[in-house]
Amino acid sequence: MSMKNLLELISGHRVLVTLAFFAIFPAMVPYHSIAINVLIFGLYAVGFNLLFGYTGLLSFGHAAFLGVGAYSAGILIAQYGAPWWMAVAVAVMTTVLVAFIMGLLAIRTRGIYFAMVTLALSQCVYFIVYQMPASGGENGLRGVNVVEATLLGIKLDLLNPLQKYYFIFFFVGLAMVVLSRILASPFGGVVEAIRENEARARACGFDIERTKLLAFVLSAAFCGLAGALNAIHLSSVPIETLHYSMSGMVVMLCLLGGMGTYFGPFVGAALFLLIQDIASVYTENWQLYVGAIFVMFVLFFPKGVWGTLVERIRRER
Amino acid sequence: MHRCRQVPVIAKKNMDLTFDLLALQLFTGVALGAIYVLLAVGLSLIFGMLTVVNFAHGAFYMLGAYAGLVALQFTGSFWAAMLFAPVATGVFGMICERWLIRPLYGRGIDYPLLLTFGLAYMMVEGVRIVFGKAGIPFDAPEVLQGATSLGFTDFPTYRLFVIGVVAALLLGLWLMIEKTSFGLIVRAGARDPVIVRVLGIDVSRVWLIVFGVGTGIAALAGVLAAPLQGVSPEMGTSVLTVAFVVTVVGGMGSLMGAVVAGLLVGVVESMAVLFFPEAAKVSMFVIMASVLLIRPQGLFGRSGLMA
Repeated sequence: MSMKNLLELISGHRVLVTLAFFAIFPAMVPYHSIAINVLIFGLYAVGFNLLFGYTGLLSFGHAAFLGVGAYSAGILIAQYGAPWWMAVAVAVMTTVLVAFIMGLLAIRTRGIYFAMVTLALSQCVYFIVYQMPASGGENGLRGVNVVEATLLGIKLDLLNPLQKYYFIFFFVGLAMVVLSRILASPFGGVVEAIRENEARARACGFDIERTKLLAFVLSAAFCGLAGALNAIHLSSVPIETLHYSMSGMVVMLCLLGGMGTYFGPFVGAALFLLIQDIASVYTENWQLYVGAIFVMFVLFFPKGVWGTLVERIRRER
Repeated sequence: MHRCRQVPVIAKKNMDLTFDLLALQLFTGVALGAIYVLLAVGLSLIFGMLTVVNFAHGAFYMLGAYAGLVALQFTGSFWAAMLFAPVATGVFGMICERWLIRPLYGRGIDYPLLLTFGLAYMMVEGVRIVFGKAGIPFDAPEVLQGATSLGFTDFPTYRLFVIGVVAALLLGLWLMIEKTSFGLIVRAGARDPVIVRVLGIDVSRVWLIVFGVGTGIAALAGVLAAPLQGVSPEMGTSVLTVAFVVTVVGGMGSLMGAVVAGLLVGVVESMAVLFFPEAAKVSMFVIMASVLLIRPQGLFGRSGLMA
């Protein structure tokens, strides 16, 4: 079987491939915490990719959604003793609400303003949460303890890293099924039409503003879920979750992996965490190398690792 | 990791609200706003000409402050620092434009933005390696320390100096853009670079100079801000947000907009410190949100420019 056929097979069964891959993923990496991070940051990048890669809107404020998701779930669990499933559900809903308000403002601007406005609004969210008594301010939120969870009748011990991995895998898998449905729906087509040519999509009679807002909110919902899962994973929420550097990181993940591709965000997350893991052993200034690699990608491989690979394979006969 | 910008409250909180106090806080706001204006003017100039949103603008501001620090340590003169920092940073900016940003023209508006974002990442980490992670104090020269009487109240001399420098620089910039032949090319290039090129003008050289001038102005803002808050590798991050808010409020590509919006944001922020200290940090976002709702193109922006 040629590479091309293999690629077609993979893209044809993208959900199955993702689920199968992540089901055996923990066996491929040295420790389970890396596997969990790839899942969570991959999901974060998946949400971002829906907006940047598919809709063509570059947001520099997605840390707000990761953070709001994490803080909503964290505060409910740590301070109100809510069950984990309720915390996760409320976290996604709160994120959707915040994204709706941010989206209403950001969509009003066109083109290049979008990145600036989303950055500014996420900074606003940072200051608000920072000053909220419930958030723990600079020290972050502690005590987000979920010891065990029952999923589909199976009792999982979340203190065991492998069982925690499969707990998170369940939600990420679910999200990937939903994403695949969204992309295959007519809405997914309109979204890509906006990316390719906004004026033409408008001329075809599509409501551009509403579609963009919906894409923005959906994208945020994935990121909010990632945030809530991360809060449960870490048993805490550091204030850095909301920081500008988190917004920047997801842009890097997405570009490294390949924007506008289904698998790209996970490839990017795995690559980023790998580089960070290796570089931080040799130097504490690993950000310099990450920055340099990112600049190289912008200049020479704007389609990212997965995107470039797919393009190469498709081109050969 | 996140250092919040400090807005000084010169008066104590429990002091009575007097006319003097209000005037003092108003001037503090103008001085703060003056630095915002410089940042926004550079950002706006670069965008107006090159249609590049410079995400490294805060990093150039930070680099300028460190360049000033180096000059101060070598020469002992604040004036030398004020001269050296913009020139050195501007030249570095031109190198970045020529070798990193230029290859990306014509490839979509997001790519230069992404590149400057990565560049900022590297600049901050580079400065951390050379100068360390801790903040460094930066003293104003003795002539500018202390207070000057304004007739009705005393005001810190250094802040008055900042306002004066910014006003002079803006006047110079305005004269350059409106009265010189180079300014004519800049204005024409902002409107239609293709026609300018057809007329036989090397637009890429103009872009190079504009990027150098824009980053140089950001560096000057960094030096001017240094005695007020010290220098640290992260000082550019929070300031980048402010510069964005000011350009969105004023309207991108408009110098007048940058001036009015910068002063507005500065004054509102320092007034909020007086009346609602909890809301001071959020005040500028409230301004931005209101402008977006009422006039999405910004106070002085032309609609459609940003399409």
